[in-house]
Amino acid sequence: MIFDPTIFFEQLVNPAYFWGALTSIGVAAFSLVIATVLGFFLAVGRTSKKSYLRGPSHLYVWFFRALPALLVLLIMWNALPQIIPALRSDWYTPFIAASIGLGLVEAAFMAEIIRSALSSVDDGQELAGRALGMKPGSVMRKVILPQAIRTALPPTGNEFIGLIKYSSLASVISLKELLTTAQVGVNITFRYAEYYAVAIIYYLVIVSIITIIQSRIERRFLWTSRGLKKSTSPLSLNTRALATVPKEK
Amino acid sequence: MSNETPATVPTLQVSNLHKAYNGNEVLKGVEFAVNKGQVKAVLGPSGSGKSTMLRLMALLEPADAGEILLDGKRIGASDANGRIAHHSERKLAVQRRDIGMVFQKFNLFPHLTALDNVALGLTDVQGVGKVEARERAFEILDKVGLAERDGHFPSELSGGQQQRVAIARALVLNPHVMLFDEPTSALDPELVGEVLEVMENLAAAGMTMIVVTHEVRFARRAADEVTLFDGGVIVEQAEPAEFFENPQHERTKQFLSHVH
Repeated sequence: MIFDPTIFFEQLVNPAYFWGALTSIGVAAFSLVIATVLGFFLAVGRTSKKSYLRGPSHLYVWFFRALPALLVLLIMWNALPQIIPALRSDWYTPFIAASIGLGLVEAAFMAEIIRSALSSVDDGQELAGRALGMKPGSVMRKVILPQAIRTALPPTGNEFIGLIKYSSLASVISLKELLTTAQVGVNITFRYAEYYAVAIIYYLVIVSIITIIQSRIERRFLWTSRGLKKSTSPLSLNTRALATVPKEK
Repeated sequence: MSNETPATVPTLQVSNLHKAYNGNEVLKGVEFAVNKGQVKAVLGPSGSGKSTMLRLMALLEPADAGEILLDGKRIGASDANGRIAHHSERKLAVQRRDIGMVFQKFNLFPHLTALDNVALGLTDVQGVGKVEARERAFEILDKVGLAERDGHFPSELSGGQQQRVAIARALVLNPHVMLFDEPTSALDPELVGEVLEVMENLAAAGMTMIVVTHEVRFARRAADEVTLFDGGVIVEQAEPAEFFENPQHERTKQFLSHVH
C-alpha cells in the first residue's frame, strides 16, 4: 500500500477537516481568552501586598500547574456533571467543557507570563501616571497594560500555538477537532499516511496564519512614528501642510 | 475651590515633615514653603533627602508625620486623634491634579507620541474631549519648542526633548505648583541648556516652582530663593546673591566649595 495522492487531495478539501480545524482554533481561542483574563487577576493577586489575595493565587497556580491537561478535561466532562446536575444540560457541550478545562490549566501559565510582563514595566511609569492625578485603574489600563502587553505578546503567541495542539486532547471527551477528524477517517479506511498528512497540512497552515497575525500585532507595538495610523497622525503635519512657504536654501 | 488665596498663604507648605525608610530617618522635621509665583531652588548633596521631600509633596509617598498644605488646605492626610491618617489612593489622585511633577528620568509613556503624552492628562484626568485635548497639548508642545516633534515617540527624541515633553505634560494641567526632581541630572551636558531655558521661561511667566537641582547656574539666574538641604533638614535659605556670595552656615560654605 503506497501513498495515494488522490485520497490525500480528496481529504484535503473534505469539509470535515475544515470544521475540525475551526473547532481546534475555536477551543484554543476561547481557552486563551479565559486563561488571559483569569491569568491577569492571578498575576495581580500574586504580586499583591495583601496576603488574602496572594494565598489563593499561589494555590491556584500550584494546583493547575501540577495537573495534566488530559486529566482536567476528563474531570470537566465526566466527573463534574455527576457532581453538578446543571452541567448535564444540552448547553454543556464538549466544546465548552474543553474550552473551560484548557482555559483553567492555561491560566496558571498565563499568570506567570502576565506577572513578569507587568513587572517588566519601569516603576517610573506608574509614578508618572499617579503624579498626573490618574486613578489606579486608569494607570493600569492606559499606562502599565499597553507596555506589559508588548512584553507578553511573543510568549502568548507561543501559548496559543500550544493550545491549538492541546485541543487535540479533547478527542477523549468526543470533541470533533482536527486530529479526531483524521483519526475517524483512519479508523474507517486504514489510510494512515494520507489522512495524517492532511492533518499535518492543516496544522502547518493554522500555525503559519497565527504567526503572521502575531507579527502584525507586534508591529503595532513598535512605537515609532513610521507606520502611524491616520487617527494618531501628528497635528504638526497639518500645520506643515498649511504653511506652504518653500524652504530657503 | 477658591482661586483667590490671601498673599500670606503659601501655595505649597510643609511643616515638621518626617520620613524614614526601614528605620533610616531621611526627613527630620522639614519646614519649607513656596509662595505664589515664587521659584525655589533646592541644593544639597546626594542622599540628603531633597528628592524624598519632593515625592512627599507630590503625594507619591506617605509622610510618617507632618503636614502638607496646598493653598492653605491640608492634603495627603488628615489628623485622627493625634495620629496621621493617609487619604485613599483615589482621593490622593484628585489632590495630585494641582501639583505638577517632573522627574529626573522623564518617565514619558513610551507607547504614546509626544502629543499623546501631553494629552493623556487632559483626557483622562480632566475629562477634556480628544480633539480639544490634542489641540491644547499641541499648544503647550509649541511653547516648549517641540511642535514639530509632536508625532514622535519618546524613543525617537533626545533626552532634552523628552524632558521638555515631560514638562509640557505636567504644565498642560495648569498646576498650582510645579515640582522638579533633578530635571537635568540624567541629561548629556549639551542638552541641559534647552531644558533650563524652558524652565527659566516658566519662572519668568510666573509659575510657582520648587526645583531640586545641581545646576548652580539655574539657581543663580532663575530662583527667588535658594535652599541648602542636608541631613534631612534645611540648613540655609536665602536669596541667590546672598546664598552664593555670603553664605552664613559652615555647611553651606563647604557645599559651595565643592560645586563651584
